[in-house]
Amino acid sequence: MVTTPTDSRIAVSAKRKRRKAVEVAAESVIWAAGVLSVILVALIFIFLLRDALPLLKTHSLWSVLTGRAWYPTDETFGFMPLIVGSALVTLGAVAVAVPIGVAAAIYVGEIAPARVREVLKPAIEMVAAVPSVVIGFIGLVVLGPLLQNVLHLDSGTVALTGSVMLAFMALPTIVSIAEDALATVPRDFRAGSLALGATSWQTVWRVQLPAAKSGIVAAVMLGIGRAIGETMTVLMVTGNAFAQTKVINGQIVTVMPYTLFQSVRTMTATIAAEMGETVQYSTHYNALFMLGVVLFAITFVVNLLADIALHRMPKHG
Amino acid sequence: MTDQSLKRKGRRLGEDAAVAVTALSALAIVLPVAAIVVLLVVRGGRAITWEFLTAMPRNHMIDGGIFPAILGTLYLVLGTVLVALPLGILGAVYLAEYARQGPMTRIIRLAIVNLAGVPSIVFGLFGYGVFVLLLKFGASILAGSLTLALLALPLVITATEEALRAVPKSFREASLALGATRFQTIWRVILPGALPGILTGAILSIGRAAGETAPILFTAAVFYQKDLPHSIFSPVMALPYHLYIMATQVPDAPPQLQWGTALVLLLLVLAANMGAIVLRSRLRATRNW
Repeated sequence: MVTTPTDSRIAVSAKRKRRKAVEVAAESVIWAAGVLSVILVALIFIFLLRDALPLLKTHSLWSVLTGRAWYPTDETFGFMPLIVGSALVTLGAVAVAVPIGVAAAIYVGEIAPARVREVLKPAIEMVAAVPSVVIGFIGLVVLGPLLQNVLHLDSGTVALTGSVMLAFMALPTIVSIAEDALATVPRDFRAGSLALGATSWQTVWRVQLPAAKSGIVAAVMLGIGRAIGETMTVLMVTGNAFAQTKVINGQIVTVMPYTLFQSVRTMTATIAAEMGETVQYSTHYNALFMLGVVLFAITFVVNLLADIALHRMPKHG
Repeated sequence: MTDQSLKRKGRRLGEDAAVAVTALSALAIVLPVAAIVVLLVVRGGRAITWEFLTAMPRNHMIDGGIFPAILGTLYLVLGTVLVALPLGILGAVYLAEYARQGPMTRIIRLAIVNLAGVPSIVFGLFGYGVFVLLLKFGASILAGSLTLALLALPLVITATEEALRAVPKSFREASLALGATRFQTIWRVILPGALPGILTGAILSIGRAAGETAPILFTAAVFYQKDLPHSIFSPVMALPYHLYIMATQVPDAPPQLQWGTALVLLLLVLAANMGAIVLRSRLRATRNW
């Protein structure tokens, strides 16, 4: 006699099959969500390019990247004044933020007593939470006028004001990553140095800091990335509207800035200020997307370098 | 005194000075932020009345309240969380529970780091080109929320992954040993265990989405609106954009309106961050696995 599976067995196996199907479906969704970030980064780049490339029908890439005048109404799209503007403000910010940030990381991570540390750490993290438009507002109404009076400038909205505010915004990133880097230095290094009779400061300065070098490089890179991409603060405080201009053939043209005491226009602020007023899919629109591509490329490289530096850090020993 | 001891004394002095410099550096970060908060509370506090929080702007924005901006920001935040939270949690589950060490995982992590580093105005450009123009959502709550969600995604992924990894391995082993499948283990054991950590990530992304201006400049925000938004395809007023406008484009705006707006925005964002910090520390205290 041939035995046939009972109804209940069929039901069980059907249920198991259904459960298996649900499982497979759920795991595919999880996998898709896992690779989503990669797809998004690629999509952002592709769609920026899609709206940027038509610019090259009328302008050569070289003339755009190296052009020394930005005058959209005249279809003159030289990125140099904007790139230099971003570089000036960012370098100023880094010059302020790196020494302060690394010193603060040493204090918080290595010197401060536990109780002080418990207060300082969240307080520094709090700085990162303040919205950039609020920082910009403070720069505009407090720091700008202050700098104008102290340094006897014609205007308080100059590159320097932007640098100081950006330094402030980049500091939490620099401190937290530099502190992590110091913490990853193997304890033996520290113990060995102290056992050899070095003071605790000598140990921090000559042993831990050099050992944490690549982590600190990463901290600086990420700080740069943060500063160069910041938009609202610089839009509000670097005197965007009055950026260094010159009359050429009877037209006002944005030209190269040279010092921190001038008003400048950064790449980010230019996009923010002009995109709302330009015609969709016009050459100007394409040029602003091209600026976005340049910004994306710069921050991509900066973040990549930071990541490589971080992976060079020795693991806990 | 011998040369030796003089030298030693000099060195000790130098070291004390160096330590003092590091302490001052830490103060140089914390004091300004404290000053900013105090200044905003003192100057903005005067502006905050019931009317300021619940009325529409009047008289070409130089009078009345900021209610539509508060509401708009809440809508945008809600939309952002609805999109970023599920996607971010799933992404984190993949990284914490499924991904193996290898080039693929390395690329995913690199993409997350880069996504976190993309300038916010570039997100704004992308959102404008894709959501507003290509998909024809127009400047709207939908387009703005999707744009902000891109920016919040790395935050959610990072916080959630950390929370998932904090769930002890023995929980997984016990669940699997009882015959549960991998997915059942994740769904019934690991995710509930990681819930507070996941909430931390959600709250952080709320703070981020509420404070960002650049991504909504061309994707959602408007200068002024007569009526409150009525669908996800309506544009909105938003607190950060409102502050930007009041500070730079409305020359005769009374300063207290600007300070008041700045204070409300700051309080909203700081409250979210405080909430996340408190939650995280309570999590560490209570979940002593």
